[in-house]
Amino acid sequence: MSIDWHALGTVFAVTLLSTVGLVGIFTLGILGMSRRGGGESAAPARGGAVALGRTGACLCFAACAAAVAYGISLIAG
Amino acid sequence: MEHITLLIGIVIATALVFDFTNGFHDTANAMATTISTGALAPRIAVAMSAVLNLVGAFLSVEVAKTISGGIVDESAGIRPAMIFAALVGAIVWNLVTWLAGLPSSSSHALFGGLIGATLVSVGTHGVHGDAVVTKVIVPAVAAPFVAGLAAMLATRLTYRLGRNTDPAATSLGYRAGQIASAGLVSLAHGTNDAQKTMGVITLTLITGGVIAPGSNPPLWVIVSAGTAIALGTYIGGWRIIRTVGHGITDIQPQQGFAAQTGAAATILASSHLGFALSTTQVCTGSVLGAGLGRKGAAIRWGTAGRMVAAWALTLPAAGLVAGAATLLTDRGTWGVTVVGAIGLAACAAARTISRRRPVTHANVNSVGLPAEPAATPVTAPQQVPAAGAVPEAAETGAAPAPAAVRPSAAEAAALAASTAGPADAARVPGTADATGAAGAELPAVLDPVRAPVAPAAVAAVTPPPAPTTA
Repeated sequence: MSIDWHALGTVFAVTLLSTVGLVGIFTLGILGMSRRGGGESAAPARGGAVALGRTGACLCFAACAAAVAYGISLIAG
Repeated sequence: MEHITLLIGIVIATALVFDFTNGFHDTANAMATTISTGALAPRIAVAMSAVLNLVGAFLSVEVAKTISGGIVDESAGIRPAMIFAALVGAIVWNLVTWLAGLPSSSSHALFGGLIGATLVSVGTHGVHGDAVVTKVIVPAVAAPFVAGLAAMLATRLTYRLGRNTDPAATSLGYRAGQIASAGLVSLAHGTNDAQKTMGVITLTLITGGVIAPGSNPPLWVIVSAGTAIALGTYIGGWRIIRTVGHGITDIQPQQGFAAQTGAAATILASSHLGFALSTTQVCTGSVLGAGLGRKGAAIRWGTAGRMVAAWALTLPAAGLVAGAATLLTDRGTWGVTVVGAIGLAACAAARTISRRRPVTHANVNSVGLPAEPAATPVTAPQQVPAAGAVPEAAETGAAPAPAAVRPSAAEAAALAASTAGPADAARVPGTADATGAAGAELPAVLDPVRAPVAPAAVAAVTPPPAPTTA
């Protein structure tokens, strides 16, 4: 009987990294989207920060969408 | 091409019934947390899961080339009657765990059935013990740890990153994330498990000489297997969804998202890196991990313990039923008929028993939930009334006819503790009301599950602030 510890270890590492990575990236995306720029009284400069946040969020979501697409291709493969 | 004999027809029908129970058993894997956090309305969630299961069935053509994946020696003479007995064993165990609301692996049930049938019909040399360890036991034991740790770390991370944000502003994002990862799990499930049934049917057709060895499944096999699993998914195993979504821990959107993503990542990574882990164990493990990852979240270890007990029992229990069924089916046509009749009776009984305390899309989320989503401190006091409610329920039940009812009232309390978990205090009196019926009838069916675990559940309830925090 031979248990493939190496494969199990690889699965463990890949799972850990991909889960934590994806959840982290997605959370950053959510944070970028939910940035309000400090409400009405905020300085105009805040507008730039909001736009930056939005752009970053879009990048994060795009990365997650790519991961989902890769997942689908794995299932179909 | 020969005609399909009656026996092969029966085996195919039974395989589709198994596929159906597989569907409703495993809806929880993909959708439990999505439903419990409210990311999707219950019926929409199961509909989406059903559609993705159906799509998944068509997505891959790589049908399982063996029924058991090398666990039993199929060349030693696997016959349709044995497959039939194995399927009956798997179906019966699936129904028992479903009644108890416990998520158990349908694949393990099928493997257990095949092992039991082979042991009785062929003997011990027909079972590959090594393969049982490497393909069933190790993946099942490793799965909750791998998925649980990933989900726990991901939960910690997402709470830490989002600690200064307004939950209202982020809830939409978490919702979308949960739906996407739940969709992936559904798709992977449809591909894996519908393929399994297709493999069983195809190999049955081959052993019966209906189609040539090595041929791909006919289109009607793909369509019927996909439809059966999708239908099962849509009907929805609400009992199991409730256990996974509410019974283990109270899930918040962040946790639901982390758990689902962890489950999807584990399933995909493991099946494509050559060490397939058990889906059911992955999904429940990731829910447990998400519970451990949030500070102050209560884990109901009693429920978790009962699930582990059900996992451990799946293989032997399904094997026992299948072995007994094989004794009959080996006698010939009358034996097959008797097993078929018993199987149908078991399905009817399960249905009747489930009607006594139905769990549907309407009440899947309503039990054990505080009025508002629980804030951290609420979870501990919430268990105190639960501990008090159990004896109270026993009294209510015992009041009308103390001498006669007391034992079954005690059983009802134990049952309530074992099937409901601490947070289900709201349901306990209701259980006791029907003491005569539920208390008398359920234990007979649920004994295999309940017997070894009820004490653990009770122990988890009695100390007021149960071992909860993470």
